[in-house]
Amino acid sequence: MQIGLLYSRIRKDEKLLLSELRERGHDVVKIDVRDLQFGLAEAPEILADLDLVVDRCLATSRSLYATQFCDAYGVPVVNSAETAQTCADKVHNSLALAGAGVPTPATDVAFTKESALESIEKFGYPCVLKPVVGSWGRLMAKIDSRSAAEAILEHKATLGHYEHKVFYVQEFVDKPGRDIRVLAADGDPIAAMVRSSDHWLTNAAKGAETEEFELDAEAESLVKAASDAVGGGLLGIDLMEVGGDDENSYTVHEVNHTVEFKSLNEAADADVPAAVVDWLEAKAGVKQEVVA
Amino acid sequence: MTECVECGADVTLHEDSEVGEIVDCTTCGAELEVVDRHPPVLDRAPELEEDWGE
Repeated sequence: MQIGLLYSRIRKDEKLLLSELRERGHDVVKIDVRDLQFGLAEAPEILADLDLVVDRCLATSRSLYATQFCDAYGVPVVNSAETAQTCADKVHNSLALAGAGVPTPATDVAFTKESALESIEKFGYPCVLKPVVGSWGRLMAKIDSRSAAEAILEHKATLGHYEHKVFYVQEFVDKPGRDIRVLAADGDPIAAMVRSSDHWLTNAAKGAETEEFELDAEAESLVKAASDAVGGGLLGIDLMEVGGDDENSYTVHEVNHTVEFKSLNEAADADVPAAVVDWLEAKAGVKQEVVA
Repeated sequence: MTECVECGADVTLHEDSEVGEIVDCTTCGAELEVVDRHPPVLDRAPELEEDWGE
């Protein structure tokens, strides 16, 4: 197949993907979105004749617009613009999960410091304040006291971009020192790992230790439901274990649409890039052609 | 081989390097973006932006 890879930075994840695609004999067109102009009517020439485009943009803003333009041009793209829009913003993400009945941490959104402080006091301490757009655990605040809350809210309101004045306040989930990252393709898990840290943030990007995790039926069911809730695709679905050792229950706190998988590839037995390319081939409808 | 645009030290790219990849200058620590491979050309890597990530 002829596959386009939208990017602005080639991370190890993209290298793994490029290597697997090329080994299988696919024609890969790397498309640096920084070099393109997207007109309203005609697609950039480089996008023509592609069987599938894979959005691997590092910048969320570029991912959102580039996938929308692909949709407008009729160029098949994964993940879809709809999925990108839902996952890119934590408010949309939370609404989609809650709307689908997927357990997710209790969350308030408020537009002023005063109303945000009311939410914080309602949740009690500690609670969490997150930026609506962002990744890798950056700008996340665990708020332990009213004075800390007042200071953080004032900083966000005074120094921040307008998006920081959308206050996303969330209950603090007392997880067992780890959370779970599942890579799933249209709801089917490819691999899963736990990310453990002494810090309350357990992102792999923050240096958490990773170890393969075997999903139980409940977790698998939530992964499928969370994927469906955001429109499907190749997703990084994050869960936390709640209710203690015996409860076997989870809450889904986030779904990521340009998922990084290098850590998972190292932690899990599964050949992650191979599974991702299997899925891409199926999406492009060329599996039989390649195998034959 | 090419030069670090920050400090001028020699930088050798790996065989499997990709345009768009970031490499570190082992002399000054600068993050450099591979903008061409044949011949190798490097530029300063863009600064981290707030919307980068997954």
